[in-house]
Order: sequence, then C-alpha cells, then structure tokens
Amino acid sequence: MRLTSRADLQQARRFYARALAQQTTKILVCAGTGCIAGGALGIRDHLVELLTAKGQKVAVTLTEEPHGQEISVKSSGCHGFCEMGPLVRIEPSGYLYIKVKPEDCEEIVEETVINGRHIPRLAYSFNDKIFPKQDEIPFYQQQTRLVLEHCGQIDATSVKEYLGLGGYSAFEKALFDLSPDDIIKELSDSGLRGRGGGGFPAGKKWAEVQRQKAKPKYVVCNGDEGDPGAFMDRSVMEGDPHRMLEGMLISGIACDASEAYIYVRAEYPMAVNRLKLAIEEATERGLLGDNILGSNFSFRIKINRGAGAFVCGEGSALTSSIEGKRGMPRVKPPRTAEKGLFNQPTVLNNVETFANVPEIINKGAKWHRSFGTSNSAGTKAFALTGNIRNTGLIEVPMGSTLRTIIYDIGGGIPDGKDFKAVQIGGPSGGCLTKEHLDLPLDFDSLKKVGAMIGSGGLVVMDSETCMVEVARFFMNFIQNESCGKCVPCREGTKRMLMILERIVTGRGVVRDLDLLLELADTISNTALCGLGKTAPNPVVSTIRHFRSEYEAHIVEKRCPGHVCAKMKRFSIEEDKCKGCSKCAQACPSAAISGKVKEPFFIDLDKCVRCGACINACKFQAIQESW
Amino acid sequence: MSQELSAQLLDEIIGAHQNSPSAVIAILQDIQERYHYIPKAAFAPLAHRVGVSEASIYSVVTFYENFSLEPKGRFIFKVCDGTACHVRKSTPILERLRKELSLASDEVTTADLNFTVETVSCLGACGLAPVLTVNDKVYPAMTPSKVSTLLAELKEELSHETN
Repeated sequence: MRLTSRADLQQARRFYARALAQQTTKILVCAGTGCIAGGALGIRDHLVELLTAKGQKVAVTLTEEPHGQEISVKSSGCHGFCEMGPLVRIEPSGYLYIKVKPEDCEEIVEETVINGRHIPRLAYSFNDKIFPKQDEIPFYQQQTRLVLEHCGQIDATSVKEYLGLGGYSAFEKALFDLSPDDIIKELSDSGLRGRGGGGFPAGKKWAEVQRQKAKPKYVVCNGDEGDPGAFMDRSVMEGDPHRMLEGMLISGIACDASEAYIYVRAEYPMAVNRLKLAIEEATERGLLGDNILGSNFSFRIKINRGAGAFVCGEGSALTSSIEGKRGMPRVKPPRTAEKGLFNQPTVLNNVETFANVPEIINKGAKWHRSFGTSNSAGTKAFALTGNIRNTGLIEVPMGSTLRTIIYDIGGGIPDGKDFKAVQIGGPSGGCLTKEHLDLPLDFDSLKKVGAMIGSGGLVVMDSETCMVEVARFFMNFIQNESCGKCVPCREGTKRMLMILERIVTGRGVVRDLDLLLELADTISNTALCGLGKTAPNPVVSTIRHFRSEYEAHIVEKRCPGHVCAKMKRFSIEEDKCKGCSKCAQACPSAAISGKVKEPFFIDLDKCVRCGACINACKFQAIQESW
Repeated sequence: MSQELSAQLLDEIIGAHQNSPSAVIAILQDIQERYHYIPKAAFAPLAHRVGVSEASIYSVVTFYENFSLEPKGRFIFKVCDGTACHVRKSTPILERLRKELSLASDEVTTADLNFTVETVSCLGACGLAPVLTVNDKVYPAMTPSKVSTLLAELKEELSHETN
C-alpha cells in the first residue's frame, strides 16, 4: 500500500495502531546479534510451533487484517540485557525470562502464555530476590530509554509496527507544518550534540549545511561504529531502523538534500540486512522516493558497507570511502558541511544522533532539555561491557554518574573482585577510576578529567586488569588502524607501541615514561585527524592515574595486575623437588640447573617465563608467583 | 578456494553497479563474496570498465583490512580481540585455534585451504565476550576447550563434504 498523501499516512498509522492494540498477548523474543548467537531464532520458531500445535492463533508479523485474540510472536531488537540472553518477554504481564533454552519453551507456552502463571526459575534473580517483570529489574529501572524506546518493544523488521506506534509523524510534521528554519531552530534549541564522539551541536551543523549555496547536498549517516567495546549504533540499526531513517529524512528537509548514504561497518551484516529491509519497506510505502506523500520532497537512501578500516569513522575518511577510494582523512577546513561527499555540502551525523531527531521534532526542544544537563541535553546510550555483572546496552540521562551505571544498572563487579577502572570513549578516550565514580558523565565534565564520552563504549575493568597492558592493547589497535597518511600518527604510534611492549615484557627503562608522554604530546598536537590526535589518550590517562603500575613494571619488573606473562616468577620448592631433572630437560632456555636427586634451581635472568617446567614436573614442585 | 576468474561473472558484478567508480568498494566486496578473495586478474578489467587506474584499484584493495589477495579457507574464523573480549581473555582462544591448526606465525590459512584464522577489532557482540565468528555465524562465550570442540565439528563437516 503506497501512501501518497498526508491523510494516507495518518490513516495508516491509525490502522496499524488498532491492529497492534488487538494483539492481546505478545511474546517478544530478542533478535539482537547477541541473543541470536545464543539461539533466539530457534526459540522463536519453537514457540510458534508449540503454540500452533496447541491450536492457538499465532501471528509472526503484524497483519493487514487483525484477527483479534491472536498471540503475536515478535522478533524484536536488542532488549539490552545481553548477559542474560536469550531473552523472552511476555506481554501484557511483562514477565521477562532469561537464558531461555529450547526445552523451556513448552513450559513457557503452557504455564505463562496459556495459564498466565509466572515461572520463577526462568526469571532474573539477584541476591536471592526474584524479579518477575522486566520493569522491576534494577538494570532497567535506572535507565531512561528514549532512543532505545522501541528496541525490544517492537518487531524490528516491520514498518507497520513503527507506524502503529506513531512512526513517521515527526517527518510528517517537518514536511507539512515546519519550514527548514523551524526544524533547525528546534534542533538547536534542543541542545542535541553529536553522539558519535565529538559532541558538536547538531543544530549548528545542519544550519551550516543549509547556508551552503552549492547543490546537490548530501545526508550521510555514520554507522561505522569502530570503537572496540561499543555497539549502541548497531542496536539502533538492528532494533529500530525506521527511527534513524526518519531522522535522516528530516535532515534532508532541513538542509534541502535528496540523496543520502548510510555507511555501515562490515562487521555488522545483520544491521545491513535490517536497514536494507527498512529502506525497501519505506520505499514501497512511498516514505522514500520521489514526491514523498504528494509533496515536492524527494529522498533516496543508499547503504555502503565498510571494508574494515577503523579510520573510516572519521568524517572525511568516511566520505572518501563512499566515493570508492582509500578511506583517508584530509586536512580541514573546509569542513564536511561545506565540502563533504563528492566535494558537496554534507550533513554527517552518527546513527544515535539521527535517531534522537524524530522525538525532538515531535515533542519539542524543551522536552529534550528536560533530560540531561544544561550543556549536554538528552540521554546517551552506552554499551556496558568487560568485567561487569550485567553487560549490555543501556541508556541514561546525560550527567548520570559512573556509580549509577556500574553498580545500580551494571550490578557491580562479578566474582567478588574490586572495581579498578573503566575505559570510556574507546581508543580515543581515557580511563576513569574510583575517584571518578561520582563524576557526572557529560561532554564537558569528562573533558576536564582527560576522558571523553566518545561513541559510548564503557569497558569495565576489575582489580585483576593490568593498566599498562590495556594501554598497550589500545596502542596496538591504533597503530594497526593508522591510515598512514600523516607522520605523527603513523610513526609516533609505532614508537609508543614499541615502548609499551618493552615495558610489559620487563625490558622497560625509567626514561620510558617521559618519552611516552613527550611522544603523546607531539602526536596530539600535530596529527592530521581527530583519531590521530586522540590516539595517545589511553596511554596518557593510564599514566596519569596508574603511574605506580608503570613504575612497578619498569623498576621492580613486577605486574601488580598479574597479567603480563613475562613478569611471572618461577621457583622450585626444595622440599618437593626430587631432583629428577625433567624440568631442566623441558626448559628451552637452559635456565634450570642442578644435580640429579638434589633440588634444582631456576635462574630468573635466563628464564623466559614459558611455563614448560610446570607442565614437566610430576611433583608440583614448581611455583608460579608474581 | 581458488577458482578461475570468470569474465562473464565479473561483467555481471560490475554491470550491477552501473560501472560507477564510486562503487569500486562494493564491486570488490561482491567479487570477494564470490571468490573468497580478490584475484589480481580482476584488476585490469575492473579498472578499464569503471575508468580508474589499476594502481588505484590496488591501493583500495590493500587499504581495507577485509580484502584479501590470497585465497582464503572454506571456514573463516574471526576471533574478536576487541576491548571487551580482550579483558575477558580472548588471547588463549586464538592461541588454541592456531595451535590446533598448526599455523606458523605468519600464516593465516591452512595449506589445504580449509581454515582461515583472523582477528577482528570488535564484532560488537561484547555482551557475549569472548566471541568469534565462523563464516559470520557468531559463537558466544568461547573458551579454549569450546574452540577445540567447534573445530572438531567443522572438520567432521568437511569430511562429509568430501565424501
């Protein structure tokens, strides 16, 4: 059914809202990448099978002709509680079942779907308390899900459901009731800042593109979410793709652009498929294409898949990759807004930024400002990962504290270990420690402590993490991903990595710390693009907060986190050693010596810390210590 | 999986992208999807059809991590070594895999072209860390012993294929 006028769209929305309302029982199976890997699709199919066998009417998609009283089984976007997946939620009761297996389906159908009873053994429990309903679980209670509102609530592959929940009403308003100036004013007043890392005011960016005389203009959505440990944008693309498309459409109206591109990283095949489907569905409905809803506005969206280059997350590298070239940043100015894709004016925002737009247009700037802090309005999605009890996707108002995120939402650190640090902002960001637990997370306060929100990856690290190794890990990543165009980043990161490798393998010298900081300073000041300039951040911030760990590695040749293998010390317990010489035979570096039938001895200067001796010893006489 | 490059297939792929120079990356992705690598023989016809130099095609292929000029294995392991997987101990998984496949330190593909082992920076499935994918199927919460089991299963599958 192609919608050719405003009235058509409004009617479609009413129609699907009615259809949705008639679905009394809904079973939402999480079909995010995480839960699918855990077997969610098999569970969904099994549920459908069982329900059908029991003579229930089942709908897997929202049908044009609602039949009433049918049970709908939906593949939804990411519910966020990834650690507990596969997740199944049953509406209207709101019961959330975690770690569901195919063999649990029978009981779910019989007990909960048909008889309305709760199954405690499948519910989330914490400290012996069972939480039957999703909204009672602390993980969800502390969140404010605006951008992720629909993720986990609707069938992620259906434009009908999006329409039924009021979808494309902001686009309708922008197209028929607002002038481009009105849209940009609303966006500027809302205080929305770019969610991709830079935090540039979105309204200002759009206004800049609007001012440009050159035609055509382009809209580009950056879905090249390359920061390791970040998957917010993937979840939006997979779980609520139309919200993002709607945001892009609105920016097309505001900036007078009719061609748009979404650049998605190669590692997200499912996001690509869901977006393709969403674009097809929107095109079929006449929400994309020529003369949309009978207006003069035309808009087409193409998808470009990345090919595995982290640097393509940088604006000018991304546009050059869409042009079919090597993704290398260029000198700015001119900015992307002036000369972006194909050298034309370009609005370039990331997925989450676009996904924020529809609600701002619908509910107004004032509403958006009621969340977050004065300089960082709204909410932010974070990917909470690492050594934390509840890994997953969360959304909180800007200005929430780390304590809320890590302890109230994340459930704290597992296995009785202590919180040590959290890496925020990926390889461009920095680490925050215990002293920052009560710091409000927003663009400006993080900048003050040498970190940044970045795209929103939060990797939590426990007491058994070595911060020097973490710094080495990030530097290795950056060095691999450096595009090689400018010398400071290409050569500087290589030298920094070399020094860090020296330190974690016990060959560091005292001068290394100053050398690292000096290199960091030079790279930050002279690299060509944002990624290069921020590349040394993880090293600088770990030195700032964990200098003593670096010193332990360099001076005492000791790894306080018990991670760096080359810092291990092996020794032979004299009373257990029978003098069989097996260890000495196994040692590849001839570090073990002794007389047969007398206790042997390890020369730590020669030892390469391979552990071969431990495996060779039949008497458990060899001890490993740090 | 090395195969003769088919001129007709190449034609179809390039044609599907309207011979556009801005589609070079998409064309290369389609070629790689079909052949599991980019045969160098594709460079000249591709350059000619879209109107760019062979050198610039070469520059694009070598810039992006995903493109390979070497044939890849039937099963492609991508072991995630993103931050979240790294702090949840992905390194021993990679080591086990390379050891069981007897890959030398500079090798990524087994000589029989059955297996390729690569690392990726982040698969975005951090909630399930550590993860790996085999031909894009995600395997969550891996351990070295789970990897051994998985590898045995895949070898089993291969032995059925050849029979």
